[in-house]
Amino acid sequence: MTGTIPLQYFLIISTLMFFTGIYGFLTRKNLITMLMSIELILNSVNINFVAFNRYLYPDNLHGHFFSLIVIAVAAAEAAVAIAIIINIYRNFRSIDVDKVDEMKF
Amino acid sequence: MNSEILFFLLSGMIVIFSILTVTSRRILRAAVYLLFVLVSTAGLYFMLNYNFLAAVQLTVYAGGIIVLIIFSILLTSHISERAQMAGKFQGLMSALAVIAGATLTLITILNFSFPGKSGIESPSDVKAIGRALVSYNENGYALPFEVVSILLLAAMIGAIIVARKENLAVKNTKK
Repeated sequence: MTGTIPLQYFLIISTLMFFTGIYGFLTRKNLITMLMSIELILNSVNINFVAFNRYLYPDNLHGHFFSLIVIAVAAAEAAVAIAIIINIYRNFRSIDVDKVDEMKF
Repeated sequence: MNSEILFFLLSGMIVIFSILTVTSRRILRAAVYLLFVLVSTAGLYFMLNYNFLAAVQLTVYAGGIIVLIIFSILLTSHISERAQMAGKFQGLMSALAVIAGATLTLITILNFSFPGKSGIESPSDVKAIGRALVSYNENGYALPFEVVSILLLAAMIGAIIVARKENLAVKNTKK
């Protein structure tokens, strides 16, 4: 299915996605949108693992299983992060990082 | 030729919708753009012939995490609320840093010749994946599988403990 597409194309896509996620993480103020940027970053890393596995080491499945585990870790992280965000919303009535500054030194 | 058209379609969708995800002012729309990014990524996995991984991507990411994010958006903010962005100086500096990092990485990628290896493709159907996940010889992944299952259990209990209302504590103090 990937006959003439070189490996570099996949790496370029995942690089663009990774740095878009970093830009979102740096500029967003809302905690949920920051979490969405982290999901973008994790997803771009998954693309890298899978593309390397298919192009460079097609005779075993290490990258495939690594990205499966990354997906599981991302799901656990999203669940815990959203629990914390909802708890913060109960206490501060806002989830902007500017207004949640009680622990700020 | 067909696969190239499909690849450029999927990658264009990924890039455009990732940028929209981080720049859209409406949070709910940003979540839906993120859903499009994840579905296109599942399409890339299908192109690479990893069908099981693409199915997991669709069910866990598109079906689970996005629904969780949309629920939490609806719980914490009004539907017409506009997200507040960083100041101009911070936005400019982040854009500069990100563009510099992306340029550096792209130059490195394009100048490195990856050693192409065309071995026999190992089977990646569900039967082979299931066997590999629970076997413990050199191509088995039983240990990471168990570690991830314990992590998921711990995350589930932790999320319930953190997010529940503290009625018990209130009742105890009233006594």
